[in-house]
Amino acid sequence: MVTLKINEQEVKVAEGTTVLEAAKKLGVIIPTLCNHPDLCVAGNCRVCVVEQTGARTLIAACAMPVSEGMDIHTNSLKVRNARKHIVELLLSEHRADCTKCYKNQKCELQTLANEYSFGEHIFLDLVEDHSYSIDRSSPAFIKDDSKCIRCQRCVRTCSQLQHVSAIAVANKGAHMKISSFHDRPMSHVVCTNCGQCVNRCPTGALTEKTYIDQVWDAIYDPEKHVVVQTAPAVRVALGEDLGYDPGERVTGKMVTALRQLGFDSVLDTDFTADLTIIEEGTELLTRLKKVLVENDHSMALPMFTSCSPGWIKFIEHKYPQMLPNLSTCKSPQQMFGALAKTFYAQKRKLDPSKIVSVSIMPCTAKKYEADRPEMRSSGYKDIDFVLTTRELAVMIKQAGIDFRSLEPDNYDSIMGTSTGAGVIFGATGGVMEAALRTAYELVTGKPVPFKNLNIMPVRGMEGVKEATIKIEGTTEEWRFLEGAELKVAIAHGLVNANKIAKAVSTGKAQYHFIEIMACPGGCLGGGGQPIPTNAAIRQKRMEAIYSEDMHMDLRKSHENPEIIAIYNEFLEKPNGHKSHELLHTHYIERESY
Amino acid sequence: MKNKGLTKVDLIFESIDIMKVMKKAFEMTSDEIIQQILESGLKGRGGAGFPTGLKWKYTAAEKDPEKYIVCNADEGEPGTFKDREILDKVASKVYAGMTIAGKAMGARKGFIYLRGEYRFLLPQLFVELHKFHKLINEIGYDFSIEYRMGSGAYICGEESALFESIEGFRGEPRNKPPYPTVSGLFSKPTSINNVETLVTAVMIIEKGANEYFKLGTKDSRGSKVFSISGDTPIPGIFELELGMTVQEFVNEFGDGDTKAVQVGGASGFCVPRKKFGETIIGFEGVPTGGSMKLFNSSRSMYNLLHNYLDFFAEESCGQCTPCRVGCQQLLKGVEKVKKGEAKSTYLNELVKLADTMKVASKCGLGQSVGNAFKSIVENFREEIIY
Repeated sequence: MVTLKINEQEVKVAEGTTVLEAAKKLGVIIPTLCNHPDLCVAGNCRVCVVEQTGARTLIAACAMPVSEGMDIHTNSLKVRNARKHIVELLLSEHRADCTKCYKNQKCELQTLANEYSFGEHIFLDLVEDHSYSIDRSSPAFIKDDSKCIRCQRCVRTCSQLQHVSAIAVANKGAHMKISSFHDRPMSHVVCTNCGQCVNRCPTGALTEKTYIDQVWDAIYDPEKHVVVQTAPAVRVALGEDLGYDPGERVTGKMVTALRQLGFDSVLDTDFTADLTIIEEGTELLTRLKKVLVENDHSMALPMFTSCSPGWIKFIEHKYPQMLPNLSTCKSPQQMFGALAKTFYAQKRKLDPSKIVSVSIMPCTAKKYEADRPEMRSSGYKDIDFVLTTRELAVMIKQAGIDFRSLEPDNYDSIMGTSTGAGVIFGATGGVMEAALRTAYELVTGKPVPFKNLNIMPVRGMEGVKEATIKIEGTTEEWRFLEGAELKVAIAHGLVNANKIAKAVSTGKAQYHFIEIMACPGGCLGGGGQPIPTNAAIRQKRMEAIYSEDMHMDLRKSHENPEIIAIYNEFLEKPNGHKSHELLHTHYIERESY
Repeated sequence: MKNKGLTKVDLIFESIDIMKVMKKAFEMTSDEIIQQILESGLKGRGGAGFPTGLKWKYTAAEKDPEKYIVCNADEGEPGTFKDREILDKVASKVYAGMTIAGKAMGARKGFIYLRGEYRFLLPQLFVELHKFHKLINEIGYDFSIEYRMGSGAYICGEESALFESIEGFRGEPRNKPPYPTVSGLFSKPTSINNVETLVTAVMIIEKGANEYFKLGTKDSRGSKVFSISGDTPIPGIFELELGMTVQEFVNEFGDGDTKAVQVGGASGFCVPRKKFGETIIGFEGVPTGGSMKLFNSSRSMYNLLHNYLDFFAEESCGQCTPCRVGCQQLLKGVEKVKKGEAKSTYLNELVKLADTMKVASKCGLGQSVGNAFKSIVENFREEIIY
């Protein structure tokens, strides 16, 4: 243990603790900007400088480990003067058109400006000296360099969390900027649109491309029938943007709010999550049978899940040779979209050209996914607009809805009924768990041998998880699987996905089924979720997801009555002709830069 | 030689029997070598002046079996050209210095990070290195040296940015601690020394610490190679005993009309005529890595300052706020004042900014921009404004 003094108060902390963490322990707040708990220390914005008695210079609290007898002052005149200068310097290179900015009142630089810079600015405006352009090439997000303060959170996110490095630091000095390969537009590089950078950008330099106005237009258009679906992870995070603590489940209130916003039908992505389990589970069993029993290697094992559009784009860029290993199932969002303008339209006797299909997602990559040319199997654009959890919160505020006072309500029917298996899609390991709950039962006629159906080995925040499920007591049809050990793996965050993909592609790891989610923690940590998102908050959201599951009457996808009905009335059978037409897709090899 | 009070020294370029001095070093223990360097009072010759003996001692104390000795030959400070001459004339002494440092610290591997613009030296340096490797092979000593090339970025002369560059990353300074002696190149204990420092160490072993200690002053022991340029009739490279005043220096090298001397390059200090007599060139006064630029009354100090600020705004790595934005603000600020678009009192704000850069920047680059800025603005204010 190390003893030091901060603002004359003594504190004892473990060796290796930073001054910033030690101060936090005392309740002393030191402002930070480039620092983010998910990322390595950078120490480059210098906002956190503090004074150490006897030191020649100020020190960056985020990067300085404590040492015995240190005497730190966090609010001396020298510190305040330096901090004010630093904030003013950042403002001088930042296009501060705050009232027009999407991040207005959610901007960390603005918050600092409130504390350190009012009245006349000291320094000269540098924005005019640079020729900045706004990159709107991605359907998922906008990159506006004129608002960038070069904290490099995005760069560290892209390399450390995602192993993508679509953006990196280019040039030096006054010309230093965050750029893509050869300054290409973001739509033409390895970017997966995961939005993790957007989630961590302290300013308005990286923001989701918003479709709020288009959705309002659709809602107010009397000709249009606007359906909305909500992804599993939205319900455990939306509250954070509306004044609740992380981990609060607001499913019922969210449904009421969506209805009050004017959506004609409030439906649930969890329904198509259940459907995904049936389709993907069947696909897995088919692949197992073909490869292991019939020795037909036209199908590849292991099979990777395909729910995460960030992961899809990652594998298309980085491991195109493994595209045959990717399940052909569309993501739940896109299955929903394809069915909304076919099955739903038929049932409700609606003209599909008049249906506007909106989805609320914890994700920015879903905006990209909805724009993929493959995603038009209904004959129309299957999903018209994708909004993030954050955008939904904005709409609720715009409509003047007092969210806290809302009475909870239930989803509409036809594609609104779901099970606990659907909701756990929102957490890493959830798709795996949901698939196992169904597949095991399908093959053995018995529920998975885990207490309360909770398959604990596939849960949790470990970057890469592995589990082996022994299949015993198979029914006649599945006798070939008797005694087989199903080897599964789960990864979340593309840096972990890359580990598994590499191990599989080099033959170092043998699995049958692999779940991959592009974002840390799975969808609950998605790029479209409330800011901030960090490990502690992801943990809370995860607990909420599993609690939501436990509160559901049905917890196995194949028991969802609407799923049974849709096969009877429309799809006929899993992986059947209609399924392939509407619910499955194909992938594209992409360049690796 | 004509001598007006300055003592010319010939240590660095003196030709010696490399084999002999190395054998001498190999007969000494690691502690004895380090003790000699400590006793000599040698401070780093790159400019920052960290005691070389301490650097070696700290590196030697690390337990890691893998350590590195890195020779910083990224001589980029404007007005400095002495390392080029040293490598050109006595490269084998640089190699010997690295080997002896390696022996003292338990390092088996050395890297020389050579300034990109000095690539033309490489063919001859390789010939010398080949001979040197043969020589130590004959002694049966296990030590090897490799060259790594810089690509023109000034910041890569900063030790931790230099490591990043060798490792194949963008040249950006690291957070310190950990210091290089604990975690340097490839995160291994590393002693990084300037070209001249390593040669000086060889000569200390050759002549003995006492002989070296006799030269110079309390804070600045020994002699130093100076790169002298600007308004002087005798530009070039001179090795001089430390401890002289700027006046004594100007008496010898000035053109009779010297109004200012920039000591230590763009990151150093500008000494005006009125302070020549009281300013010692060395760690008690104004330190220098070797760069000495003389300016006579025909020179515009605004142009000089503008040139330096332009240089820093270009050569900052751009990583930390005070340096990246501060340099641009200083540059744009003096331009505005000069054009009359900002009040002359705006210079006071800029001086405060320079003070912030000095204490809040991440590395030595940003921390030293204020040296030239303040010393020029404070001493030649009217030239900046009018």
